[in-house]
Amino acid sequence: MCENNRGKNIIRSNKLNLYYGDNHALKDISFDIPENRITALIGPSGCGKSTFLKTLNRMNDLVPGVKIEGQVLYKGEDIYGKAVDVTSLRKQIGMVFQKANPFPMSIYDNIAYGPRTHGIRNRAHLDEIVERSLRDAAIWDEVKDRLNKSALGLSGGQQQRICIARALAVEPEVLLMDESTSALDPISTSKIEELAMELKSRYTVIMVTHNMQQALRVSDYTAFFLLGELVEFGDTQTIFSKPADKRTEAYITGRFG
Amino acid sequence: MRTYFDKQLQTLNDEMKAMGALCEDAIALAAKALSENSRELAAKVPPISSALDQKERDVEDICLKLLLRQQPVAGDLRQISAALKMITDMERIGDQAEDIAEIVVSMSGCRQEEVELLNSMARSAIRMVTDSVDAYVKQDLELAKQVIAQDDTVDDYFERVKKSLVDIMVKEPDMGSCALDLLMIGKYFERIGDHATNIAEWVIFSVTGEHRSAELSN
Repeated sequence: MCENNRGKNIIRSNKLNLYYGDNHALKDISFDIPENRITALIGPSGCGKSTFLKTLNRMNDLVPGVKIEGQVLYKGEDIYGKAVDVTSLRKQIGMVFQKANPFPMSIYDNIAYGPRTHGIRNRAHLDEIVERSLRDAAIWDEVKDRLNKSALGLSGGQQQRICIARALAVEPEVLLMDESTSALDPISTSKIEELAMELKSRYTVIMVTHNMQQALRVSDYTAFFLLGELVEFGDTQTIFSKPADKRTEAYITGRFG
Repeated sequence: MRTYFDKQLQTLNDEMKAMGALCEDAIALAAKALSENSRELAAKVPPISSALDQKERDVEDICLKLLLRQQPVAGDLRQISAALKMITDMERIGDQAEDIAEIVVSMSGCRQEEVELLNSMARSAIRMVTDSVDAYVKQDLELAKQVIAQDDTVDDYFERVKKSLVDIMVKEPDMGSCALDLLMIGKYFERIGDHATNIAEWVIFSVTGEHRSAELSN
């Protein structure tokens, strides 16, 4: 039933294998990630979900000794292909991390940083981007009177939304979120969850989360990873009400191990 | 892992078993009161029905607490939500046993031969109830399916009861009041069979994640 409503896929992982030296961290991962949907990646620590997330915008390239086989197709093109410009890939596939990491500069400059890197200098244009990004990240009203103050003076939840705004400023198509609410209080968490649900009409969101209830609340699709393998992928309601694989059931009901 | 949660799920199961046993007691007593035409036995049914009302509240409390505090998913969620649905049917079974007992108390002039067919019908209905609760406790899919199949037997009995009562009313108009009482009792047993079927359908949901009504509409 859901298969029909899934619409287009934006990313295809095809027999993806990743090794950190001798450690085979991702084993033959093959599945399609639907466009304009929220996909949650779940699984115990060390299962490969964050590693997988990072392969989607080539963040693992910098790890010494890493070896990647197979393909990650973004809109049909292999992002590990020779002709791919990693900077422009990361412009299209942005990332927000577990710990908010605003640059030690003003709120305005944090948001304008990306667009400036990509050559935008016109002040009016930058103003427009900064306002739009902050509005999209649901933090404009809280910071519009202090755009020139340091971003480091904001609360954790606000800093995380600044990071989301910074990622949105370069107009990506995909937003990767790596446990982006795990250090936040429930109110900031629900703001970011609401935000993710708002954003999915224009962006594809892929999130790693340890919070099962969060995956249930916000995601349309869930992928369960275990020991470097993709055990099960499907629509979230099915995964959490009648998972097909016993290992998925054991993990989500807290009876793992 | 999740030892405390598993213990609470066991408590829920024990309470469901106890509630199932009360259901069986209530209809077995009502049926016995009918077959022995005993007001004394009939008078014992209402307290059991009240005990069932109380059990329904208790099980609701356990389920709501588990939903709130454990936030169950997958098989756990299905088991708890099935229990929440099943207790409504179990409580209704108690009400219907009480209704039967009430008729037995006021009934007069019925002959044993008319009651005989109802006794057989009651045995079938009681078995459905027992099996449906057993099926839940053991999460036994096959037993649940048998209960659903058994409902046809109870329905057939009801058709036979109706026919024989129509015959009586035609041949012996004086027996009209008795025939109506017995017809009501037959209808209550038939409803008890339906409640047991509902319970069995929730057992199937608990085990497979599919509810039979969804299957039928496909």
